[in-house]
Amino acid sequence: MSIRERLSGNEAVATAMKQINPDVVAAFPITPSTEIPQYFSTFVANGAVDTEFVAVESEHSAMSACIGAQAAGSRAMTATSANGLSLMWEMIYIASSLRLPMVMNLVNRAVSGPLNIHNDHSDAMGVRDAGWIMLFSENNQEAYDNNLMAHRIAEHKDVMLPVMICQDGFITSHSIENIELEEDEIVKEFVGEYHPEHYLLNKKEPIAIGPLDLQSYLFEHKAQQGEAMKNAKKVIAEVAEDFEKMTGRKYSFFEEYKLDDAEIAIVCMNSTAGTTKFVVDELRAKGVKAGLLKIRMFRPFPTEEIAKALSHLKAVAVLDKSDSLNGAGGALFEDVVSSMYVAGNNVPMVNYIYGIGGRDTKSDDIESVYNDLSQIAQTGKVDNPYRYLGLRKGDAK
Amino acid sequence: MTEINSKTPMEDLTIGGNIYQAGNAREFKTGDWRSMCPVFIEEKCKQCGMCFAVCPDDAIPVGKDQNRTDFNYDYCKGCGVCAKVCPFGAIEMKEGTNK
Repeated sequence: MSIRERLSGNEAVATAMKQINPDVVAAFPITPSTEIPQYFSTFVANGAVDTEFVAVESEHSAMSACIGAQAAGSRAMTATSANGLSLMWEMIYIASSLRLPMVMNLVNRAVSGPLNIHNDHSDAMGVRDAGWIMLFSENNQEAYDNNLMAHRIAEHKDVMLPVMICQDGFITSHSIENIELEEDEIVKEFVGEYHPEHYLLNKKEPIAIGPLDLQSYLFEHKAQQGEAMKNAKKVIAEVAEDFEKMTGRKYSFFEEYKLDDAEIAIVCMNSTAGTTKFVVDELRAKGVKAGLLKIRMFRPFPTEEIAKALSHLKAVAVLDKSDSLNGAGGALFEDVVSSMYVAGNNVPMVNYIYGIGGRDTKSDDIESVYNDLSQIAQTGKVDNPYRYLGLRKGDAK
Repeated sequence: MTEINSKTPMEDLTIGGNIYQAGNAREFKTGDWRSMCPVFIEEKCKQCGMCFAVCPDDAIPVGKDQNRTDFNYDYCKGCGVCAKVCPFGAIEMKEGTNK
């Protein structure tokens, strides 16, 4: 039986970590993810877990400690945000290239500067090519559930890649919402034990990891990572299926909300999907055929599936909570547009950069996007595909 | 461990280049980027034992009789330290990869 609770997103993640009971947690506090290691350290102090908690002196060390722990043969977890992730940067790539299936919670926040501690996705977008599986969570429930599924995905022999679970800083990390928790024993059984095939502390098999990998080999090793990322799709789907059997909660690569018969749709990630669902319901009541595609699995990117799901629409808006500052469009927009183009789907598409630095994105803002989409759907024309939502501008239209 | 080289397909390489075997440094040939080459002049060598002690790699083989033999160029990077310490002029540095 599931347990009804009310928890913040950070509490939900810490609770999942308690139930997973990893061998090692190494973390350094940074807003808004600080509470995760904070709550978790109380579990350690109270003896609720038998995790070795490493209170490191920086995020670079946090990731390094997780790499060492995972290479040694144990299960490691960490959590961070924004500049903490920036400081991990070097080791992020080491973790994925050494194929160490650790799990990190990234509580999304704007990467400075100028200094800002509030939510956007610039931290996650910065590491989108780092070879980590990236799952996004609309709310505390999804953050909790993604954690429960993460180790099985990461540790699968065909995958062996680290997993990053994202949720929106403050918006979900610090908001208390209802949640269904699973019982400790059930989680323990679902997550299972970690038995790596090769690990440093195996005295029967002395190994070396992370050797010099020059011109003759790095290319192939990177391609292996890419192959593992492709394999991850199948594993993520399988684990979600098992998870649904256990909890009744269904997870796909993305959620299609009233998308089947929709004519216009928004593509977005994390908490904005909640606001968008509210707007979709309102518009539906007025007879507007609005829909939503909420991406859960951002890496690997479900290109064929997204192209298929959006193929019947008359206009699509992709919302990016991070500006790539490339004069062309946000990262999610580019991925979705590429998916559509390669699949031969010619649907008018428009990009909105929104919510930067924690700027509130209200239902009115989302509604204005759908209004724009209705116009685009009528004319079939997109004047400016790279737009800002909620930006103050002197000559605003 | 399987032998790997620049022709090995990606499927046969271990993930992350991990090496699941200890004591394999000998298999890693480190001498392929030499631009200076030491030449051993056996007649001049007094087997004093100075050269192999300063070789940073494994390029000067020493037999059970404690005597050195000719260079093993698989591991020689041509640094010239051996030639520098030789008191008898028994090692000459020549330009190029090979002697």
